[in-house]
Amino acid sequence: MAQIMLWEAIQRAHDEEMSRDPLVICMGEDIGVAGGTYKATKGLFEKYGPLRVMDTPISEGGFTGLAIGASFLGVRPIVEIMSVNFAWLAMDQMFNSAAKIRYMSGGQIEAPCVFRSAGGAAHQLGAQHSARMEKVFMGVAGLRVVTPSNPKQAYGLLKSAIRSNDPVFINEHELMYNMKGEVPDAEYFHPLEGSDIARSGTDVTLFGYNISVHWCLKAAEILDKQYGISAEVVDLYSLAPLDRAGIKQSVSKTHRVVIAEEDEAPVGVGSEIIAIINEECFFELDAAPVRVHSALVPQPYNHTLEKAAIPDHEDVVKAVLKLFGKA
Amino acid sequence: MKIEDKKRVLREMVLHRRFEERCYQAYIERKIGGFLHLYPGQEACCNGVMEAARPGQDYVITGYRDHVHAIKCGADPKEVMAELYGKETGSSKGRGGSMHIFDAAHHFMGGYALVGGPFPLAAGIAKAIQLKGGDEIAICFLGDAANNQGVFHETLNMAALWKLPVLFVCENNLYGIGTSIERSTAVVHQHKRVAAYNIPSAECDGQDIDIVYEHARKAVDHVRAGNGPYFLELMTYRYRGHSMSDSRGYRSREEEEEWKQRDPIFMLRDRLITAGALTMADYEAMEKETDAYIENEVIKFAEESPEPRVEDLEKYVLADRASQQPWLTGKAA
Ligand SMILES: Cc1ncc(C[n+]2csc(CCOP(=O)(O)OP(=O)(O)O)c2C)c(N)n1
Ligand SMILES: [Mg+2]
Repeated sequence: MAQIMLWEAIQRAHDEEMSRDPLVICMGEDIGVAGGTYKATKGLFEKYGPLRVMDTPISEGGFTGLAIGASFLGVRPIVEIMSVNFAWLAMDQMFNSAAKIRYMSGGQIEAPCVFRSAGGAAHQLGAQHSARMEKVFMGVAGLRVVTPSNPKQAYGLLKSAIRSNDPVFINEHELMYNMKGEVPDAEYFHPLEGSDIARSGTDVTLFGYNISVHWCLKAAEILDKQYGISAEVVDLYSLAPLDRAGIKQSVSKTHRVVIAEEDEAPVGVGSEIIAIINEECFFELDAAPVRVHSALVPQPYNHTLEKAAIPDHEDVVKAVLKLFGKA
Repeated sequence: MKIEDKKRVLREMVLHRRFEERCYQAYIERKIGGFLHLYPGQEACCNGVMEAARPGQDYVITGYRDHVHAIKCGADPKEVMAELYGKETGSSKGRGGSMHIFDAAHHFMGGYALVGGPFPLAAGIAKAIQLKGGDEIAICFLGDAANNQGVFHETLNMAALWKLPVLFVCENNLYGIGTSIERSTAVVHQHKRVAAYNIPSAECDGQDIDIVYEHARKAVDHVRAGNGPYFLELMTYRYRGHSMSDSRGYRSREEEEEWKQRDPIFMLRDRLITAGALTMADYEAMEKETDAYIENEVIKFAEESPEPRVEDLEKYVLADRASQQPWLTGKAA
């Protein structure tokens, strides 16, 4: 098993699928000749040419719709939207065309498209380049939403997303492309549904996804070493559908819950998880679940304010201690 | 067009007109719900273009005023009517409705309700044709007001840039709901707007099917020969309101009467009579037979068809699970 960076894992998934199936194509701004803003499509243009590796004009609604139309005829496009903040311009096509086509055609037409986009706050990119928007996508019927927390998931989720006949939105993170991790040398498909137990524990469940899995893991380490609290970390790599069974199983084991998300709280991943806990296993709870989330503000530019707006592992530790009456 | 083809097309256009008028009646009777956009007045547009193309093979996409385009591509009028009735036998199994008719088998890729939404989808279909190496083309029928959406310009740019085999047909009926084109659009003649993208274009009378056909042939040949997109603007008029809730207060009865003097069906009929290929009695028989067919077969089928089962409410949201393994759970199906 090789240690590779997350962008390399995404590039490998593209390359393998494109060499297998001539109808797999990719498109986006600067993904071809320039090799991709995050290098996720590096070398593909040279290998597969401009018909299959398409440098698009800056027309998010247009090229996303174009990809969806091509997918109606069996083409499998992988669309990179440079930043999730720009995905708003493409949402009409993703939601009104891709997500609804199977239903409103009575099963006649499908849109096997993959949309990848980088979200999350990086470093001082300001209000229009730092949004998290997974909560917008995960509430749309007909769309799958997955979000990798490590290179293995990034590789395996993209592989499965390309093979799936449903449209899939892959939520990536600006700060994670250079993260290193092990990826199997053999071909590997990560399931699009379910959740992973990133660390097993008995006293409290920390739910995270994408970057917040890493806050949870770091927090679990501190809680174990300094406070003798055994935290279980559940990695919700699938946001739509959320893993109801997995959530129930962990809550039934630990009876305490903290949910960590980089997004703002209202109408968010945390709200949805708490709703699922209420529906599936309310009486397993020994304490009210706690959400760790960003402040409800457009992302500030100032470094100190930005740090104050976004949570991290220390906030997760604090939330757990509060839950145990230790803070 | 050969004389025999013209007679066939006349019969089709009569069906298209009477089908729509029967929808109007069914809507009043509350058999059809939701939004209903009817096509009378514009028949020569769809028919003239599709006669120059290959219905059932070329891919067609349009907006919400879609019944006639679907039927012209080969959709069974019975299934289209059943769709309007919301029945399980409808072309979209009752899940779509008037604005969402689909018939993938006949390459009718649908009716869409977001104004301008089909532009990039059409270009994408053309991209797929280009990748697969077929000689079909994509044809996108939309209205005049749709051209004020951003994706119109985004799509024209990409279609020209990548030489995609797509024909854009603008059915310019001078209104977007109740706003006349002079009041919404800086340029009334839409074909002028595509010149900036180096896309060849033409504008012609959309009421005379012979004229539409001649222009469409040039357009279709251009696209099919691999020269990239083409934009054809057809000047036309819808007789009825935009949808069923529209009492046409924004235009004069005189204007309507003027357009009806050049009715696409009557013009073709009279031309065939003058040529000695048809008598008035033939035409009247055609109308009668069409009405009988609509009543005895189309409406009957829709009336007698079953409703979808409520147990199937969530069918067609996502792909069938068994066919999606192992990608979903990592387990074999
Ligand atoms: C994105 C969007 N905005 C507004 C509407 C409401 N609407 C429906 S049809 C229409 C007018 C479209 O006119 P045109 O493109 O000329 O087509 P026509 O109905 O005349 O054939 C409007 C504004 C809509 N359906 N979608
Ligand atoms: Mg119009």
